[in-house]
Amino acid sequence: MRADPAEYSLVSPGNLQAVLSLLAGEPARWLPIAGGTDVMVLYSAGKLPNQNLINIWNIPELRQIEVFPDRIRIGAACTYTALREHEIVSREFPLLATAASWTGGIANQNRGTLGGNIANASPAADSLPPLLVYDAEVTLISVRGERRLAYRDFHTGYKKTALAVDELIRDISLPRRFAGYFSHARKVGARNAQAISKVCLAGLAQIAGGMIRDLRLAMGSVAPVPLRLKDTERMLTGKKIDASLIETARKAAVNEIRPIDDIRSTARYRAAVAGNLVAEFLEKLAAAGMDA
Amino acid sequence: MNPSAGTGAKCEVLFTVNGETKKVLAYPMERLLDVLRNELELTGTKEGCGEGECGSCSVLLDGMLVNSCLVPVGQAKGASIVTIEGLSSHASMHPVREAFLECGGAQCGICTPGMILAAVHLLEKKPEPTLADIREGLAGNLCRCTGYMQIFDAVAWAARRRVAQ
Repeated sequence: MRADPAEYSLVSPGNLQAVLSLLAGEPARWLPIAGGTDVMVLYSAGKLPNQNLINIWNIPELRQIEVFPDRIRIGAACTYTALREHEIVSREFPLLATAASWTGGIANQNRGTLGGNIANASPAADSLPPLLVYDAEVTLISVRGERRLAYRDFHTGYKKTALAVDELIRDISLPRRFAGYFSHARKVGARNAQAISKVCLAGLAQIAGGMIRDLRLAMGSVAPVPLRLKDTERMLTGKKIDASLIETARKAAVNEIRPIDDIRSTARYRAAVAGNLVAEFLEKLAAAGMDA
Repeated sequence: MNPSAGTGAKCEVLFTVNGETKKVLAYPMERLLDVLRNELELTGTKEGCGEGECGSCSVLLDGMLVNSCLVPVGQAKGASIVTIEGLSSHASMHPVREAFLECGGAQCGICTPGMILAAVHLLEKKPEPTLADIREGLAGNLCRCTGYMQIFDAVAWAARRRVAQ
């Protein structure tokens, strides 16, 4: 059943404090809407639980990307297009810029936001594995004040998050210490544009003296939440890449993920692809031979 | 004023559509697509999937390509919107439209307005696009007739024409 617009309201307070006051007053009542690329799909299908929406698309402080010497701070309502076009994001956080380029088509990239992707909390979201490997931190804000949370602690279960009902994601902060890392991102889906990933990977690594010094791997669509492959990383750290290590890593990754069957793929296919993507990452890393 | 008093109430939306100031009375959660088609009778903007997958409802909103099915009209207050009709108001035919005609880039026509707006948006950002740029720029617009090659040809043709002029 298509939604009847007469049954919904949309208010545009136009500044952050007014938005937070509304959320605090009747927290369960309101749903924030930025670019609408997720919210409007549910709305049109008549599946949106909230009837009262708050426009946060026009809040200037949520649309800024600020560059500091040690980190960059991305406003939660920054679009994928803004991420792709930002010089520092493209240069120092290529995994995020690449994931932004995979998301939807250009029209969706012009409206979809990083904060929306986080709040929507889909385990298949392409932009979330990069945030895990880049050690992102999110700032959550409410009338009670603000708190900073390591992004790895944000998703608490399938579509469950640490966001309180009166809180808004204000920004995502990334430390500027990965520019020298080898990085590689890969999406496997029906097609790059529009199609949601069957499996996606974001990886970062540093080689020193021929050995893996630091390695960070995260995947989408392989668990109830975007997943950092901690066991696989631990197993690989300090090792020299060769054929037998790659096979061991492939198995470690398959053991660590919890894929499911759904409309886009099967658990079996996802496990095979996840292992292949880890192997491909290590092959590319070995070929790049980046020695820090 | 109680800001939640909006439930069930229409609001006045003042915006610029194809260069003209327009005022409509609409529910703020009405889709921009429906307001364009039903209130302003700009039926060149088509509805395909209604969920941001197909690009048939593409328009330019403050110069940005968007799917008008995913924009609540309450977010378009004060905005400047260009629909396919806005490209025909010039005395001469818009070069991208001419290119689609020249290269056979249209068949049934449902995707064509969106394709043309996506192409216009692409050429604004990248006046000399590669084939990869064209494919990416139009990746959110689905066509079930042409097989895309004539459409890509049309965009390349329009780009060459623009650069030559």
